[in-house]
Amino acid sequence: MSGDTTMKISVFVHPAAMMTPKPALATAAPAYPPINAWEELVGKPKHQVMRSQTIAPTRPEKITASVTAWMSIGLPWGVSKIMREHVESGAVPLEEWSHLALGLRFRAAAMGVPFLPTLTMLGSDLMEIAGTKTMTCPYTGETLALVPALYPDVAILHVHRADRFGNCQVDGYPHMDADIARAAATVLVTTEEVVPEDDLRRLPDRTVIPGFVVDALVPAPFGAYPHECYGLYEADFDHFGEYVAAIVARGSRAVVEYLDRYVHGPASFTDYLDLWGGERLARQARLARELVS
Amino acid sequence: MTAEGPSPAELLAVMGSRQLRDDTSVFAGVGIPLLAAVLAQHRHAPRLTMVIEGGIIGPRIEPGRLPISTNEMRAARRATMLPAITDTFLFAQRGFLDVGFIGGAQIDRYGNLNTSAIGTDYWRPAVRLPGSGGANDIISLCREVVILTFHEKRRFVERVDFITSPGNLRGGDTRRRSGLLFGRVARVVTTLGIFGFDAETGRMRLEALHPGVTTERIAEQTGFEVLPPERLEVTEPPTADELAELRAIDPERRFIA
Repeated sequence: MSGDTTMKISVFVHPAAMMTPKPALATAAPAYPPINAWEELVGKPKHQVMRSQTIAPTRPEKITASVTAWMSIGLPWGVSKIMREHVESGAVPLEEWSHLALGLRFRAAAMGVPFLPTLTMLGSDLMEIAGTKTMTCPYTGETLALVPALYPDVAILHVHRADRFGNCQVDGYPHMDADIARAAATVLVTTEEVVPEDDLRRLPDRTVIPGFVVDALVPAPFGAYPHECYGLYEADFDHFGEYVAAIVARGSRAVVEYLDRYVHGPASFTDYLDLWGGERLARQARLARELVS
Repeated sequence: MTAEGPSPAELLAVMGSRQLRDDTSVFAGVGIPLLAAVLAQHRHAPRLTMVIEGGIIGPRIEPGRLPISTNEMRAARRATMLPAITDTFLFAQRGFLDVGFIGGAQIDRYGNLNTSAIGTDYWRPAVRLPGSGGANDIISLCREVVILTFHEKRRFVERVDFITSPGNLRGGDTRRRSGLLFGRVARVVTTLGIFGFDAETGRMRLEALHPGVTTERIAEQTGFEVLPPERLEVTEPPTADELAELRAIDPERRFIA
């Protein structure tokens, strides 16, 4: 498959009714994940899984959030104005979890168990809005919070290198990607580089996602841009600033304009990169090298 | 450097940095907490281990290139370890991390923090705030928590609208009884003074005033009654050295303006 075609296809099918402010509780692991991404695209997932989306410019049915960065690109730009509009009007319920709790939800799913016990969130109001259950530990008698497994329908991850079988290696911080890949029913990976199998086999300890977890692989150098890819290019903070300034000035109209220009506009991923220009990409690459040298 | 006095943010960063000891670990949020930790590292705590929630342990932040988020390369520069995010927090749950260092939008007399929503209805808030992120985890799981915040009446409220991050909850042993096995909010450093908590009641108590601040001013800017100190102290003002060092770390005045 070519990277160009894949990047043009929207992989998010419209979420089913997930409007309940009560949380989806632990769901069973899918009995068998789809063989490939396209099965999901033609509709009808064969299992009930909770759908998790980060903020979308149109109207997401529900937002599950734990990370402040998902609400804002970074500290200097404040909380996302679009997100605030959606949530403060009551149009979109924002279900909030602590960062660790969400991480453990993905980990529980990655482990194939319905929940994991933790101490975090205990005593806080996050317990109630998320409907998190507690139990008395059968060994110690202490109270434990039980966070339910979260199985995304689709995970889209970007990695540094992969072989043609989808064995993926990540440099720098691994974030939650390994757990998310294991938890998701369908895993789409974009990679900076597709390397020969033998090259990957020389550093097997760097492989964090095995090929049998991955449904589709797309070569996409600078595929995380304008965000960063550790060691390869730094996030384009100037661009973030321009984006936020446009939102502040023109509200959600600026989101549509942005999508038209950067997402729907370019006919191919190469055309997308041309919007930035080689000089700018080279500058960001140099800034990244400075930080890891 | 200029002879200018400290801005409120600079005062917070300097007072915050003095809370940190060498040979300890600090789980720091980005912004002023991280800035304060970097300042401490440059001055009296060179072996301070910073932990950042993007999955970063022991970075050496480059002056002039301060991170604007917890998940970016500037935060990870020259780290000793880059664990998965979940594992980073699990170091705290296991009890390894000494100090949690965070800010907050709203705080009450028990040190409970609200960074989620202003208003009575969580699902339809008057103002939606950024949310917990890792703040709840840091305050729940680090052994000692130090909160850094601007001291304003709208922030220091009788009761927070929503407990995003549990301080001493409703006082007494309510925090422990909620299931949090260890950890406590030890101190609140503000632009007006330094506060601790009464061991019995879990209520906020004045410990020290910053130079030029009066107890009347504290009362005026606080929406609840602060317990009086056993012995009132006055903090040392930020020294010229501290301010020069801080301004060298943030030359663009991104966080200290």
